[in-house]
Amino acid sequence: MTRQSTLGALLRSQGVSRRAFLKFCTTTASVMALPASLIPVMADALEQAQRQSVIWLSFQECTGCTEALTRSHAPTLEGLIFDFISLDYHHTLQAASGRAAEAAREEAMREHAGKYLLLVDGSIPTVKAYSTIAGISNLDMLKDSAVNAAAIIAVGTCAAYGGLPMAAPNPTSAVPVSDLITDKPIINIPGCPPLPLAITGVIAHYLTLGTLPALDALDRPLAFFGENIHDRCYRRPFYDRGLFAETFDDAGARKGWCLYKLGCKGPVAYNACAHVKWNQGVSFPIQSGHGCIGCSEPGFWDSAGIYESIADGQFGTGPKLASAAVVGAVAGAGAALLARGKKEKKAAAHAANE
Amino acid sequence: MSERIVVDPITRIEGHLRIEAQMEGGVIQQAYSSGTMVRGIETIVRGRDPRDAWAFVQRICGVCTLVHGLAGVRAAEDALNYEIPPNAQLIRNLMIGAQYVHDHVMHFYHLHALDWVDLVSSLSADPKATSELAQSISSYPRSSPGYFADVQKRLKGFVEAGQLGIFANGYWGHPAYKLPPEANLMAVAHYLDALAWQRDVVTLHAIFGGKNPHPNMVVGGMPCAISLESGAQAGTALDVIGLEIVRNVITKMRDFVDQVYVPDTLAIAGYYKDWFKIGEGVGNFMCYGDFPAKGFGDPATYLVPGGVILNRDLSHIEPVDLHNEDEIQEFVSRAWYDYKDGKDVGLHPYKGETSFAFTGPEPPYDLLNVDQEYSWLKSPRWRGKPVEVGPLARVLMLYTTGHEQTKALVDSTLQTLDLPIDALYSTMGRTAARTLETKVMVDAMDGWYAQLLANIRGGDTRTFNDALWDPKTWPRKAQGVGHMEAPRGALAHWMVIEDGKIANYQAVVPSTWNAGPRDAQNQRGPYEAALEGQTLHDPEQPIEILRTIHSFDPCIACAVHLTDPQGEEILRVKVQ
Repeated sequence: MTRQSTLGALLRSQGVSRRAFLKFCTTTASVMALPASLIPVMADALEQAQRQSVIWLSFQECTGCTEALTRSHAPTLEGLIFDFISLDYHHTLQAASGRAAEAAREEAMREHAGKYLLLVDGSIPTVKAYSTIAGISNLDMLKDSAVNAAAIIAVGTCAAYGGLPMAAPNPTSAVPVSDLITDKPIINIPGCPPLPLAITGVIAHYLTLGTLPALDALDRPLAFFGENIHDRCYRRPFYDRGLFAETFDDAGARKGWCLYKLGCKGPVAYNACAHVKWNQGVSFPIQSGHGCIGCSEPGFWDSAGIYESIADGQFGTGPKLASAAVVGAVAGAGAALLARGKKEKKAAAHAANE
Repeated sequence: MSERIVVDPITRIEGHLRIEAQMEGGVIQQAYSSGTMVRGIETIVRGRDPRDAWAFVQRICGVCTLVHGLAGVRAAEDALNYEIPPNAQLIRNLMIGAQYVHDHVMHFYHLHALDWVDLVSSLSADPKATSELAQSISSYPRSSPGYFADVQKRLKGFVEAGQLGIFANGYWGHPAYKLPPEANLMAVAHYLDALAWQRDVVTLHAIFGGKNPHPNMVVGGMPCAISLESGAQAGTALDVIGLEIVRNVITKMRDFVDQVYVPDTLAIAGYYKDWFKIGEGVGNFMCYGDFPAKGFGDPATYLVPGGVILNRDLSHIEPVDLHNEDEIQEFVSRAWYDYKDGKDVGLHPYKGETSFAFTGPEPPYDLLNVDQEYSWLKSPRWRGKPVEVGPLARVLMLYTTGHEQTKALVDSTLQTLDLPIDALYSTMGRTAARTLETKVMVDAMDGWYAQLLANIRGGDTRTFNDALWDPKTWPRKAQGVGHMEAPRGALAHWMVIEDGKIANYQAVVPSTWNAGPRDAQNQRGPYEAALEGQTLHDPEQPIEILRTIHSFDPCIACAVHLTDPQGEEILRVKVQ
């Protein structure tokens, strides 16, 4: 099979104008908070490239992360897979099964050695028999596929931090990607599932600039995980005024008052849901009346009950939760603290996780 | 000559599924269905707050996202005799209905279609003839020659660039593909349209649940308060604009089902009538019932009734009792688990146990020990019998209980294709049943929406009942079962509560019923039974296996998620 075509040639053959192409770059730049001056550079770089080979491995997962990817509207999944990436292995979407599917993975690893992006969703059980594909343990498949990957993106909280399988008592001895692979750049895109835009935004960033975006101490892209839900929440003014919903259907709940007393973890959850929003921007969890469950944070399943308020007695006289330190410590999440700091590296991230 | 073929991974499904088939002269003699991944979610929810369980168990699956969460919510509500307001019931119906429509359309186009549709053949289609074909079966507006020419141009550019991505190594050109190039091109165009459509219609879940995948819910009702405060600053997403988005979504869903999904199914099925004779399964079918018109405790008002059909006998329906310990039981004779009282007993979910006992080959392996244990799925049985659950079971149940719309849909479909009713017991029958029930569901959504609006207009905006929210109001011990008809079939979660915490939790899910391994009596599960006797044109390209397995719409993360250690975890595998 010939592999000569550049993306630019391919897109022109399909009637995609340079203007549309620039638009993709502009969207990416704005999503990732990059300066506009980079846009022409991105477009030129992209035009010379082949479609980026992507291998997506699914381990102890629920396919929610893949479903989230299909919900992306900028860029769309079909836009990505037809125009910008070559999704060479992806269980849920690929045509080939069985031996033919494995051959596609091996071929992509061979042909794009050192260049392919490895995306992983799901945690990995350290007991090999708890999860296999084609008779190969997840552990072996991850290690084998990582060797020649350019970079790894851990999609979703399970791949990033162990997620649900790792919740107490971690019955399958599950671990996140970063526990097993230590010699490759890893970007974590947590969330249960992550915002679709966070997945496609990071891919687009890599495609257009060939680099990884700036990360926080938990290796999450700052463009999406740099601020907490609480600071960006449309209900924040009610919090500041001490106005809270006491139950799910009282007058306050109907007026959109703060959900802190119903267990909202917005103050300790670093994610972009409150401003990027979900599903064409029609809502996000808090806007639909349920507190944030903090799903982008390591260990969130074990840190507090879903309806348990993160700190008692902090309200009524003003914005007492503005200090993340208090909240993080009380919630036992700890991660929130680190997320604000500069990259202190994995040791800190994992300490927070444990 | 006898040989074993292996298909692993089975792709275009949810989860990790492996099929091994013992062949003789090109015919499958024995088929073995194996779930190859386990997480242990039921263990994880033990000891936690019953009001929290839904969020954990919802993560059993992100495809049929919602359904496990709702089963978890209903389990707690059943245990506590917790009544929910009528609006919450209607909102749940709407969300489940939307899940059916979304899931079934995506299954048809993105998971199942490529078993019947040859992507490469579509490159040689004549766009004008494709347009004529499309317009002859539907009033769908996106059907001009130019539209199909554009899609084809895009595909050609894609293929000529040499990077086939998700379409690499498909069985293109396999003689089992029967569609003319124009039908292939039409289907591929709709594959792309459906991807865009699903993004839009899923907004219904986001209005009520804040996001999709994994929308939020709450024990005692729904968390989305109805906010009719006027002005720009509505309190919640469920305001007049949100209600209007929901109405638009229902319309958009119905248009796509009527104009694309139903006509495409009929058109494709017409070229594959031989598949109405292949892939039956076990001939027993079960529903738990769902979609109450009144309260959930009033099964007489369910849209889909519960019951069991045995041996294709549509004249008799056995009642199902989820609390009766002699009815639903799980067996582990051929699965990688142990029971305290031996591997051959069956346990009702209230008394369920799951301790890992892996006896398979150490990975990496080539073949499983199919004569012993070979799956992380248990084998659920109803009164000792394997049963199929899912769209075919529901359509049969609706048909035989006299649901008029279903009867009309089934009869006209069979008439159009010139097939007898027995044709439903097949691979294509299952696929067609999924399409027909989608039509029933999308039409029912209109009624639920109208009722919700009528309640709101009448001044009833209640969505949540806080009477039993406080654990202090609960009895010291309680147990309950939350059932539903999930898109893939009958689903139930059993919850035991002690001192305000979860003491035991068991989920028996649709794909376990369908994909489970043999039991102590060596009775096959539905996947296994459906594959046996099938002829493979080319064992190197076993497209026939994919067709039949995909017709069940496997969801294997759902099916394997257990471990409920009453006793010690038993590990017989090397820890790496």
